[in-house]
Amino acid sequence: MNLLIQLALSFALLSLLAVGGGTAVLPEMQTLISQQFGIDHTQFVHIYSFGQLAPGPNMLMVLVIGYQIAGLLGAGVVLISFFLPSSILCFYIGRLWSRFGESPWRRSIQNALEPISIGLMASGVYAVGKASVVSPITLALAIITLYLVLKTKINPVFIILGSGGVGAALIHFLR
Amino acid sequence: MNITSQDDLPSKITPSLFDLFVQFLIIGAISFGGGIIAYERILLVERRKWLTPDEFMAYLAIGQTMPGLNSVNLAVLVGDHLRGVAGAIITTLGLILPGSLFVLGIGLLYANNTDHPLANLILAGIAAAATGLLGAITYRIGEAQWHQIKSLLLIIATFLLMSIAKLSLLLVLLIMAPVALYLYRPRKSK
Repeated sequence: MNLLIQLALSFALLSLLAVGGGTAVLPEMQTLISQQFGIDHTQFVHIYSFGQLAPGPNMLMVLVIGYQIAGLLGAGVVLISFFLPSSILCFYIGRLWSRFGESPWRRSIQNALEPISIGLMASGVYAVGKASVVSPITLALAIITLYLVLKTKINPVFIILGSGGVGAALIHFLR
Repeated sequence: MNITSQDDLPSKITPSLFDLFVQFLIIGAISFGGGIIAYERILLVERRKWLTPDEFMAYLAIGQTMPGLNSVNLAVLVGDHLRGVAGAIITTLGLILPGSLFVLGIGLLYANNTDHPLANLILAGIAAAATGLLGAITYRIGEAQWHQIKSLLLIIATFLLMSIAKLSLLLVLLIMAPVALYLYRPRKSK
């Protein structure tokens, strides 16, 4: 029971701190779940990549974190605590907004938060990178993916699956 | 079917809750590889014309300003606009239901195969690619920002506080948000 409450509070806080989108809380989430719930960084990157493979918002991978920590109940608790607080906040602010109309401050807030959320996303890349880029092969796969996503129109899901296959073959045959 | 198709009537067509749910469920099920906002725009503005392009941009902007996932925030706002509280709940559920089941399915497999050697080899490649993808997304979202000295400094400062100084996210936001808000405060002369 204590575990579930702790889980709910942690993810509710992350929900309200997710400035500019869920990716901004990745580094904080990685630190938090390793310190409080014992999910190591390698497991975290694995779970993170499941989110990239799934349809819908890729932060749905938080369900797997909840599942790993406390089973199906944990997944449910994390789902509610990660999605409900920010959604309720957005719901009420949205209603206030249509009542008061556009203010110059809304544009200011968005402009101000944009570079912060990009900085946090860069921290997210650094955090998952440290746990996933661990050899010349994984470095090459990460760079090739970066290039393909930026320069081609291939669906990222296929690139990720391809990288899984190629990576497994290379690591298997090269040692 | 649609008699007043080309008119720029105010978008006050009210879809049924069931229709709203099914349409967002479809987006939640087919949006492999990201780009949910684009799917939402096609549905709301182009296919069903539930929103005018201006309304869509206004809701997207609010959704991006609020904490939380942009695609989910947009679903909440649009659901409320079209059908009130029930609409907001139904759109959000539709959007996250398919992906939740998908991710839970993988999670179950993962939890039962953590020591499988082949699975770990595949996961190493998948995780490396996921990092590359996140890098690419970050680069693309920030594309307009890299060239402006003001935002570049804010990006670097945020990164250093978070990753190198290893402050907590709350503290990073408490430091960076006032600074950024001051730099981007509304100017009198437009």
